Amino acid sequence: MTGPDAPAALRATGLGFRYRRRAAWPLRDCGFTVPTGRVVALVGRNGAGKTTLLHLAGGLLRPSAGELRVLDAEPGSPEARTRVALLTQDKALYPRFTVADTLLMGEKLNPRWDGATAERTVREGGIPLHARVGELSPGQRTRVALALALGKRPELLLLDEPMADLDPVARGGIMAALMADAAERGTTIVLSSHVLPDLEQTCDWVLLLRDGRIELSEDVDALRGDHVVLTGHADRADELAARHTVVDRRDGGRQTTALVRRHGPLSGDWHVERPSLEDILVGHLRTGSDPGGRTEEAA
Amino acid sequence: MVEYRIDRSSGVPAYVQIVEQTERALRMGTLRVGDKLPTAREVVAATAINPNTVLRAYRDMEQAGLVELRRGLGTFVTRSLARPGAEDDSPLRAELADWTARARAAGLERADILALVTAALDTHDDTKDSRAPGDPERAEEDA
Repeated sequence: MTGPDAPAALRATGLGFRYRRRAAWPLRDCGFTVPTGRVVALVGRNGAGKTTLLHLAGGLLRPSAGELRVLDAEPGSPEARTRVALLTQDKALYPRFTVADTLLMGEKLNPRWDGATAERTVREGGIPLHARVGELSPGQRTRVALALALGKRPELLLLDEPMADLDPVARGGIMAALMADAAERGTTIVLSSHVLPDLEQTCDWVLLLRDGRIELSEDVDALRGDHVVLTGHADRADELAARHTVVDRRDGGRQTTALVRRHGPLSGDWHVERPSLEDILVGHLRTGSDPGGRTEEAA
Repeated sequence: MVEYRIDRSSGVPAYVQIVEQTERALRMGTLRVGDKLPTAREVVAATAINPNTVLRAYRDMEQAGLVELRRGLGTFVTRSLARPGAEDDSPLRAELADWTARARAAGLERADILALVTAALDTHDDTKDSRAPGDPERAEEDA
């Protein structure tokens, strides 16, 4: 476990955010700690609060309640700004700049600029330096934005849906560039995504948001180790639920299939399968939408 | 140099896939003592998997005595894996060939045979693993 003194990339206590008083809370009562050096999957359904959380961590928004620390600094403070990079969904770039101009701008704006890394990131995507940003494909634009972010040499890199709109090849390329940076410099990476298969072998920590609250903040191997998919007789399901946490369950006639977080050894006649990370995440994401589950507070 | 290929949909953790592929290369002789494994950056740049996964695989193999991490130089193979017992002419292999012939003669399909072998392996490994003290329920199940 991570103690209060262990280095943390992100640490939230009672964190909440709303745009104005008496408005709904896109985020509330969030408490979690993400250790440094992790590649973090930030997942949740639309409107769960992923973008809000990333904008809070990047210092674009201020908490309405509680506290969020990034690398033990206040988001948006001068110290945090040199150590944290945020890639927002709009990937703000000047379309009329060339790629070279864009990187030059990065150099002028950042005291710790690493031109070699930025240029390599662009080059590995096969992007000509003289091309205008406005003429690039979405995948290439993402790569240029990523080059700007990596050129800052951030210790914490936050990416909001970096892979949306990209084809599988471009997604693989961006992911490889991120992983290479993590390998080289131990960068903590937090990325939100709906493309769960992309997260399968890349992320080692999961932050799962549901209705503005943190549902999971855990090591991926621990999640994998604790979860099983069980298939068996439906009339044994209650017995199962008494000892273990049934995350998600589907019945078909006499048979039931359940994603289970087990506490201790399993007993009974169940067919046991290992779920993929995607199975685990989908199971947890689906739970909240069950009728009879959490009731939504009227805003 | 060995090139790892990660199957994301297999459900097998990536670090296990790396260990297995290294072991296979050692058994086949495509990796030999003294050879250098690719760096974590090289592996992740080619496969887009988590670097900690690669490091974990290398650490596991180091603990198993297969490779050695030399600071600033890289990770090197220190032991061959051509195992006695696994060669073409070994007694174990001959017994398995006999058994396979009998299973075929009894009308079992390829999938049935693989399932039997997997089940036997699972039972064997489970029996070994679950004999932990303070786990009476499991012991009862086994009995």
